[in-house]
Amino acid sequence: MNPSIATTPSPPLPRTARLRTSDLIGVGLLGLRGRPLRAILSGLGIAIGIAAMVAVLGVGAASQAQLLDKIAGLGTNLLTVEPGQNLVGQNPPLPDEVVDMIKRIGPIQSATATGTVKGATVRRTDKIDPRESQGIEVAAARLDLLDTLGGKLAGGTWLNQATARYPAIVLGSTTAQLLGAEPGGQVFISGQWFTVIGVLEPLDLAPEINTSALVGWDVATGRLGFDGHPTRVYTRSVDESVDAVRAVLARTANPQDPSAVKVSRPSDALTAQLAAKNTFNSLLIGLGAVSLLVGGVGVANTMIISVLERRQEIGLRRALGARRRQILLQFLTEAVALSVLGGLAGAAIGLAGVTVYATFQGWPTVIPTTGIAGGVTASIAIGAIAGLYPAMRAGRLPPTEALTAG
Amino acid sequence: MTEAPPVIELDRVTKSYPGGVRALHDASLRIWPDELTAIVGPSGSGKSTMLQLMGTLDRPTSGTVRILGHDVAELDDVQLSAVRANWIGFVFQQFYLTSHLTAVQNVANGLFYHGIARKKRLREAATALERVGLGHRLGHRPQELSGGERQRVAIARALVARPAIVLADEPTGALDSRSGDTIIELLHELHSEGTTITVITHDNGIAAAFDRQVEILDGEIRSDRSARLGAA
Repeated sequence: MNPSIATTPSPPLPRTARLRTSDLIGVGLLGLRGRPLRAILSGLGIAIGIAAMVAVLGVGAASQAQLLDKIAGLGTNLLTVEPGQNLVGQNPPLPDEVVDMIKRIGPIQSATATGTVKGATVRRTDKIDPRESQGIEVAAARLDLLDTLGGKLAGGTWLNQATARYPAIVLGSTTAQLLGAEPGGQVFISGQWFTVIGVLEPLDLAPEINTSALVGWDVATGRLGFDGHPTRVYTRSVDESVDAVRAVLARTANPQDPSAVKVSRPSDALTAQLAAKNTFNSLLIGLGAVSLLVGGVGVANTMIISVLERRQEIGLRRALGARRRQILLQFLTEAVALSVLGGLAGAAIGLAGVTVYATFQGWPTVIPTTGIAGGVTASIAIGAIAGLYPAMRAGRLPPTEALTAG
Repeated sequence: MTEAPPVIELDRVTKSYPGGVRALHDASLRIWPDELTAIVGPSGSGKSTMLQLMGTLDRPTSGTVRILGHDVAELDDVQLSAVRANWIGFVFQQFYLTSHLTAVQNVANGLFYHGIARKKRLREAATALERVGLGHRLGHRPQELSGGERQRVAIARALVARPAIVLADEPTGALDSRSGDTIIELLHELHSEGTTITVITHDNGIAAAFDRQVEILDGEIRSDRSARLGAA
């Protein structure tokens, strides 16, 4: 040991400095600026994956919003009661006084019924074969049917106390189309002419009404040989008590034989549609996830090539005072920036797709915030994972090797 | 009289590479403040290895390297990076400028790892460029500059952090002789303003103009001609 070294004063070591966050982001983006085409191409995989996910979630959300709107508009408190099969395989009719019995259940707000007129067919004229029913059912309707179903008239009027006693008829939407009939026209039923006084709009919760021709209860019994048995009871109850009402409805409708009564909730079909959409979604999201994975591999690949190509830059930065960790962070930031830019582009493309599709379908446009937030988060994570190995390699590269390369 | 420690001291330094290649053998050398030194030798003589050891870019196999009295072997990556950032300025034969950055941005990169704000970095960079005579070329990109001008930008980058020493590895190697001459002139000028500079070159002509010449051959220091060392 040279004694002169020990006695001469040495300046203290220079202070170590952290890389500012803004500089880190700047240097990460700088790397992408150096090779823009490659950045775009390798970000594309991520963009496609995110676009697919955002589009799927957005279209799903829009169609669900539309369904939910529809369900909310129709109400989920409609229950129907029909004769079902009892234990010995018969279909015993509902008792005549079933509507009054059901109305005694507390939470019931309204109850009404239709009764199928067996053997009656409705035709445009008397020249048409009576066996050609076209699936149209002639039914007797209570006067409060329209209110309970929340139905609307496309034209004409609904039955009232007076018209219910005369050969007047209201047609369901499909029936009116099939017969080509309008209010004021006439149709032919069981040897008699009936005047069409109204046509209904389509009913989503009671599609059977769409294919029906409705006459007053008295006319049906008096002129068409109707047996007076209600064949379908419609009830509306207080929203919170729908399940409770449902539980007692069969016993109330037919105390002697509750098992022979079929109770159903038409809105369940729409709710089932919501669930069906969900399973479809998870399939497409799975596909989106696969393309994200492929995108992530693309980012990793690009970064590895980038590290190999930029050994000189790494060496220079080390000579300028970069620590191993700062080099690692630089390349990690670059990978994340690449992935996030791809993700943002994908989200924008996906969102544009959703907006166009929803507008085209006449659905409400819903911005899939979860999808976008999830997509961007996913792209950050993918970038970080894909960039980690290349960044570690960059950080470990000895500066001398980097500077002598090329 | 108390003397400042040598800027760089190599004490019986040997560097071997895997496979038994011995690039440097038992080399001892002190670079003092304000010296203008040429390390001269043919290619393969070990002078690049010497520059890497002096610049703390690599560690010796045996022996001690001290920077301003601090033993490099005792410093970790973070401390060593701070030493390089603050005390050592590098100039390379191939300039190593970033092509999509302007001259002033390239020079400001010399302060990138100092934890100072971007605006201040750019201000200091402009001053450094003026010092090397490129005050009128701040906004030009490397490809818009001549080879000599590019090397001036690289020298400004080495100077911008006011290092204790500038290490230049064949700074004229990629230049025509006229541009090369102006670069050597610039190094002399900077030295006369008080910058410690060590140049590595294979060119005896360049070395001859320097105050001190260290000749290296086959990994060993053959001669060291210096007024100061002769006096010691």
